[in-house]
Amino acid sequence: MLLIEILPNKCDFCGCCVGICPEDAIELKEAEIKIDETLCTNCSKCVWVCPIEVLKFNNPKKTG
Amino acid sequence: MQKEYDVIVVGGGPAGTMAARFAAEQGATVLLFEKDRDIGYPVRCGEAVSKVGIEEFIEPDEKFISSTINKFAMIAPNGTEVVLPSNQIVYILERRIFDYELAKQAANLGVDIITRAYVNGLIIEDGKVSGVKYEYKGEQHKLHCKVVIAADGVESRVGRWAGIKTHIDFREMESCVQITVANIDVNPNTIYFYFGKEVAPEGYFWVFPKSNKSANIGLGVSGEIGKKKSAQKFLSSFMEKKYPNAPILTQIAGGVPSSITLKKISAPGIIIVGDAARQVNPLSGGGIVSGMIGGKIGGTIVGEAIVKNDLNHILTYDKAWRDRLGKRHEIFDRIKNGIYSFSDEKFNSIAEVFSKIPIKKRTLGNLFKTALINKPSLLIDIAKVFVVK
Repeated sequence: MLLIEILPNKCDFCGCCVGICPEDAIELKEAEIKIDETLCTNCSKCVWVCPIEVLKFNNPKKTG
Repeated sequence: MQKEYDVIVVGGGPAGTMAARFAAEQGATVLLFEKDRDIGYPVRCGEAVSKVGIEEFIEPDEKFISSTINKFAMIAPNGTEVVLPSNQIVYILERRIFDYELAKQAANLGVDIITRAYVNGLIIEDGKVSGVKYEYKGEQHKLHCKVVIAADGVESRVGRWAGIKTHIDFREMESCVQITVANIDVNPNTIYFYFGKEVAPEGYFWVFPKSNKSANIGLGVSGEIGKKKSAQKFLSSFMEKKYPNAPILTQIAGGVPSSITLKKISAPGIIIVGDAARQVNPLSGGGIVSGMIGGKIGGTIVGEAIVKNDLNHILTYDKAWRDRLGKRHEIFDRIKNGIYSFSDEKFNSIAEVFSKIPIKKRTLGNLFKTALINKPSLLIDIAKVFVVK
């Protein structure tokens, strides 16, 4: 289950997250970004490197 | 556009356009794809380069030079400011104009360029890269070539599709934000670097003046720091204190791969150049000139391989890069790791020692030497910085 969320309209499409993604799970076009849930392992590294807090890890325990 | 090209370059930044230019100069037919609508935009960069660095590629021209720098100022965590005359001239560029000029150099040698063309896959035949898949105007296309040059920047994926490990550890990604502000009082000939836990731990904060009371202000922090506090938050607190209400002309996020070069930057039918190959100077975070050098070396070798009809020749690119800059970047990386471990007190004491040296004698080398003589405890840090593991 994909637990990483990309907050809409916040992304600057800089590519930081793509450059560190160990699974090649993030696709970035000119002004379009998406995570492939079949590849993502929810490791959260993309959340940590995002300079402007566009990515969010949704803890399933907290959200029930 | 032709039906087939010898070389396809993916990415129209300085590394990509230089790779295209030098491959074409050798006699190869070259097509360059840029995913964004413009070459040179959006700018994701502090825009600082050395005069010597760009002169290898282009005659410095005021149309793409925003300011000329002859002094560095380093500000320690306690506010101690040390000004160093720069041993070489540094320019703050207008990247959107600069990148255009570089692309024109390539175009003038016959390179075809297409923007808004998004490469989303490779054609691989007999274990060798032999073309790209791309999306253009909503349609999917394929195009064959002899060699692909991946210059697809920090977000590089093209190399991965060829089976090369291109992603870096999140701790080695400098997570950056920058704003270009106007109407601030800033010395137009000095670049400022701020250090310390408060402004930019495991990185630095920069103020690079541009013409007419304007400046690029930004910072980079390692992914390890970003985990706790984002680059954006560091920038906001600095601006509130230092330049509250400064008009913001541009704001951008960006990533600087602050690591040594990838272990492997060529494979059958493909080479990787620039940020994508992690050819950034890991200490300064500067990647314009080093990327152009990577592009030049790579493009030249690919061009030679095409002309000689010896495609295995492209595999010599790894060593050629390593000899020119790759090895040096490994030393810079060790220095960077040494500096990352400095405490605020350490930065303060270094600044204090440096500030006692008369300005005329302040060269980087001299300062280190004098610092060592006046404060033997620094020897341990310098040793940590320079000693090979």
